[in-house]
Amino acid sequence: MEKTRLELFRGTLDILILKALIWGPLHGYAITSLIRRQSDDALLVEEGTLYPALWRLESKQMIESEWGLSENNRKAKYYSLTSEGKRHLRSETKIWQAYAMAVAKVLEATHPPAQEIA
Amino acid sequence: MKKTPIWRRYDRLLGQDNKADIKAELRFHIDCKIDELIACGWRPEAARKEAEQQFGNILAVQRAGERIGEHMERRRRITDYIAECQQDTRYTLRTLAKNPAFTAIAVLVLALGVGVNAAVFSVVNTMLLRPLPFPQAQQLVWFRAGKSFDAKIRAAGGLSADTYTVDVYREFQRNNRSFQDVTAYQTFYGSLQYKMTGVGEPRQLDAVEVAGNFFPMLGVTPALGRNFTNEETLKGGRPAAILSYYFWKTQFAGDPGVIGRTVEINTSPAGVNGPVTIVGVLPASFDFGAVFSPGKKVDLFVPVVMDYWKTWGNTLAMVGRLKPGVTEAQAQDEANRLFPLMKTQHQDWYYDYASDLSTLKDHVAGKLRRSLVVLWCAVGLILLIVCVNLSNLQLSRAATRGKEFAMRRALGAGRGRLIRQLLTESLILSAAGSVLGFGFAYAIVYELAHQSSISLPLLATMHVDLESLAWTLLIAIATGILFGLAPALRMSGVNLQEAIKDNASGMAAGRSHERFRSTLVISEVALACVLLVGAGLLLRSFLRVLDVDLGFKPAHAVAMQIDLPPANNNDQLIQRTNILKAEIDKVSALPGVQAVGVTDLLPLDRNREWGLESDGRYHAKDADRGALVYLVTPGYLQAMGMRLVAGRDFTWHDAPSDQHVLIINQAAARREWPGEDPVGKLAHATSKNSDRIIGVVADVRESSLEQESSPTIYVPMTQNSDVEGANLIVRSLDSIVNQAEVLAALRSLNPSQPASEFRPLRTLVDHSVSPRRFFVLLVTIFATLGILLAALGIYGVISYSITQKTQEIGVRMALGATTGRVQRDVLWQTLRMALAGLALGTVASLGVARLIASLLFDTSPWDPVAYVAMAASLIAIALLSGYLPARRASRIHPMQALRSN
Repeated sequence: MEKTRLELFRGTLDILILKALIWGPLHGYAITSLIRRQSDDALLVEEGTLYPALWRLESKQMIESEWGLSENNRKAKYYSLTSEGKRHLRSETKIWQAYAMAVAKVLEATHPPAQEIA
Repeated sequence: MKKTPIWRRYDRLLGQDNKADIKAELRFHIDCKIDELIACGWRPEAARKEAEQQFGNILAVQRAGERIGEHMERRRRITDYIAECQQDTRYTLRTLAKNPAFTAIAVLVLALGVGVNAAVFSVVNTMLLRPLPFPQAQQLVWFRAGKSFDAKIRAAGGLSADTYTVDVYREFQRNNRSFQDVTAYQTFYGSLQYKMTGVGEPRQLDAVEVAGNFFPMLGVTPALGRNFTNEETLKGGRPAAILSYYFWKTQFAGDPGVIGRTVEINTSPAGVNGPVTIVGVLPASFDFGAVFSPGKKVDLFVPVVMDYWKTWGNTLAMVGRLKPGVTEAQAQDEANRLFPLMKTQHQDWYYDYASDLSTLKDHVAGKLRRSLVVLWCAVGLILLIVCVNLSNLQLSRAATRGKEFAMRRALGAGRGRLIRQLLTESLILSAAGSVLGFGFAYAIVYELAHQSSISLPLLATMHVDLESLAWTLLIAIATGILFGLAPALRMSGVNLQEAIKDNASGMAAGRSHERFRSTLVISEVALACVLLVGAGLLLRSFLRVLDVDLGFKPAHAVAMQIDLPPANNNDQLIQRTNILKAEIDKVSALPGVQAVGVTDLLPLDRNREWGLESDGRYHAKDADRGALVYLVTPGYLQAMGMRLVAGRDFTWHDAPSDQHVLIINQAAARREWPGEDPVGKLAHATSKNSDRIIGVVADVRESSLEQESSPTIYVPMTQNSDVEGANLIVRSLDSIVNQAEVLAALRSLNPSQPASEFRPLRTLVDHSVSPRRFFVLLVTIFATLGILLAALGIYGVISYSITQKTQEIGVRMALGATTGRVQRDVLWQTLRMALAGLALGTVASLGVARLIASLLFDTSPWDPVAYVAMAASLIAIALLSGYLPARRASRIHPMQALRSN
C-alpha cells in the first residue's frame, strides 16, 4: 500500500469503469481490483467515489445492473455495459488519448517551440 | 456471475427497495475487502475495522445513492407509463381495425356530437363570449333614448324614439365627464340614396354617415390612407369618403392608388352632391353591418355634416367610450342627471332624452343571449346522448370481450391497468371523432359566416379559431372519459370465475349488465325527449310567426330603389309628381305588371316617426302621439297588396295646394278615434294645418313580424316632399317582371336613374324572420340527431339482448312459441324502455319548456301538440328500431340456436 497514489481527474474514473466493464459484468469490488491490477497498483479507486460514479453511470444508462450471485455465492450487484456505454467509452478513449498525447508532447519537449511567423 | 434473471422480475413484483439495495451492495463490498485482508493474514476483527475505515463515510455514500436511485425510479416509472400507453394504443388500433363497423359508427357519431358542439361554440363565442372586435371594447357604451317612455310606446316609436338630434349629441358630448369621447352615426342610412358615377355604370351605393371621430373612437385605423379631417366634416368642407375593405376589393380591385381619387356621388334627398375624394380604406376586420346592422354590407362612409342635420329630428345613434376606471353604472348615473338638466336649458328639445346606457356588446348581442344559451344546451344534450350511446356500444362490445378481460386479470393485469386500457380506447375513438368533427364544424361555421341572408350580428365575423380548437379538445377529452368510464369500471370489475366459466356467465352478470344498459337507453330517450319538445315548441312558434297577418302580400312583388328629382317648393313637387306618375304609368304598361306604386320606406325595414293627434279632443300632455310615417303614391296600397278597410286610396289629383289628406292604419284609428269612423275626420300630423283622414288600412307589421303594429300614417307624395328616398313597388300577376325593362322604362323618363336591383318583398320578410329561422333550423336538426341517436341506442340494446338470448328463444320456439309471440315480446321490451324514457323526458321537458317560454311566439310552453307529436314520433322511432331485431329474433331456427353453443 506504499505505492504512488495517483489522484484521478474528475471524469477519468467514469471511463476507467466503462473500460473495466468491457470484459464482462462485474460487481463494484471487482471493478476496483481490476483497475488496480490493470494499472499495476498505480491507480487506487476509492470506494467513496466509485459507487456514486457507478450509480450516476447507471442513471445515464451507460451501464445497467442486475443482482446476481458472486463467486463466493453471495448476493451481489453486477454491472454491465450498455451499447450507449460502449459508444461513450469509444469516443471518450479517443479524446483521452489525444489529450494525453498533447500533454506528453509539451512535458517531454527538449526545446522551445519554433518562432511563430505572424 | 451466475445468471439469475428471475431475480429482477421477482424484485419488481415485490416492489423495489432502493435503500436496502444500496446497503446490500456496500455491505458486499466491505465483506469482500475483509475477506481479502483475512487472506493477507489479518485477524478478522482488525480486518473489519481496516475495511470500514478504508471505505470512509459510508453514510454519505448511501445518501448519494438513494438520491440517484430515486431519480432513476421516477424516470423508470415515466418510461414504463409511456411504454404501457404505447402498448395500449397499438392494441386499441388493432382491435378497432378488426371491428371496422363499430369503429366507423362510433367515430361518425362522435364527429356529429363534437362537430355541432364546436360549431355552436364558435357561434356563442363570437356573439356572446368574445369582446367586440375593437380595442378595449368593454369601454364602449350604447345610448338608447326614450327611457321616460313606457316600453310599448317605445317599441312602437321605431328608430326615431331611440335616437338623438344633433344638438343633443353635441351638448352631451360637451358636458359629460364619464366619457373619453362620444361619437355618432346617421341611422337613416337605409333611406338616403347615394349614387356613384364615374366608375363604370352609375350605381347605387350603401353608405353610412359617421361622425368625424367615429373610427378613432372605436379604435379602427384605416388600412390605407387616413381618417376624415375636421375640415371635411364641416358644412361646405371638401367632401371625403372612406371605403369599406370589401367595396375597395370588389369595385376598385384592391388598387392602392385609389387614395386621393375623386368619384362623383349624388345623395338624395340631401347631402353631398358632386366630386368626393377617397381619403381612406378601412381594414378588412371592420364590418359595420356585423356590429350595428346585421346583414348589411356598407360600401363607403362619409362624414356626418352636423350643420346640415342640425335642423332635422332624431337621426343620430350615439356610442361612447368610457374613461378608464369609470363604470357603466356611474355613466348611467351621470346620464340620468345630465339629460334632464340639459333639457331645462334647451326648451326647444322634443323631450328630455333620458337614456338607457348599455355596453355596446349587450346592445349588439344581448337579445340573443337566451337563444344562444338554448342552442348551447341543445348541443350539450346531443353530446350527452352521444356519450350514453357510445357507452352502450362499448358495453356491448365489452361484454363479448368479457372473457378476454377476465383472462388478462387472471394473468396479473391490475384493475387500474384494464381501466386505463379501456379509457385509451375511448379516448382514441373520441380523438378520431373530434378530428372529423372539427372539420365538420369548420364547414358549418364557414357556411354560416357567409350567409348574408341571416340578420344576426357578428355572424359575418365568425370563424373557427384557437378558442374553438381548445373547446373541441376539452369536449373530446371529456367525452372520451365520460363514455369510456362506465364500461371500463363495469368491465374491470367482472367476477373472474363467472366470466371464465364458459356458459354460466350469460345469466347473472348478463342480467345486471342488461339492466344497466337499459338504464342508459332510457336516459338517452329522455334526453331526446327534451330536445324534441324544445324543437317542437320553437317550430310551432316559427310557424305561428309565418302565419302572422302581415297586412301586405309579399308574394309576386318586388321593390327597386329609384331616383327622385329634388323638390324644394310646390312647383318642383308638382314636377316631381308628374315624373313619378309618368314612371308609374310606363312601368304599369309593361307586360305582366299588375300594380305599381312608390313609397319612401319599406315595411320591416327602416322606419321613422312623426306624430298624429286627432283634432277637437283633449290629449293628456304626456300621452304618446307618435306615429310611424310612410310617404306613398297612389297605387302603393294596391301594389303592396294592403287592404283598405274604409275610405279611399290617394289619387294623383291630391295636389299640394288642396286639403292635405292622410290614410291611417287601424292601430292609429283605435288610438285617436276609439269606437268611431275616422274617415273624414281631421287631425294634426304633417304640418301646422290639419290633415283630413280619407282612408283606413289594415295594420301592417312594420318593424317585426312578432310585434304588434303601431299607429302609422300614410302621407301622399303628391302633397309632401319630405321623402326618405324612394322605392318602386311592382306587383306582377305571377310571371317574373323583367328588371331590365323596368329600368329602361325608368331611364327613358329620368336619365339619372342609377342601376338598381329588384328586391323581392319576400326577402324583407325572410330577413325579418331569419334569426328565428336560424335557431329553429338548428334546434330541429339537433333534435333529429338526438332522436336518431336514441334510435341507434335502442337498436343496439335490443339487438344485443337478442344475441344473448338466442338459445333461450330457440328453446321457446322449440317448445311451441310462435314467431308472432317472440316478436311481440321483443317489441314489448322496446316499448317498455321507450315509455320509461318518455315519462322521464316529459317531466324534464316541462321544466325546460318553462325556461324557453320567452323564446316562444304565440305558443304555450305546454302546447299539447308539441308534446303529443314528440311522444308519437319517439314511440314510432322506438318501435321501428325494435322491430328490426324483433324480426331477426323470430327467424331464429330452434335447431341452430340449440346447436350453437
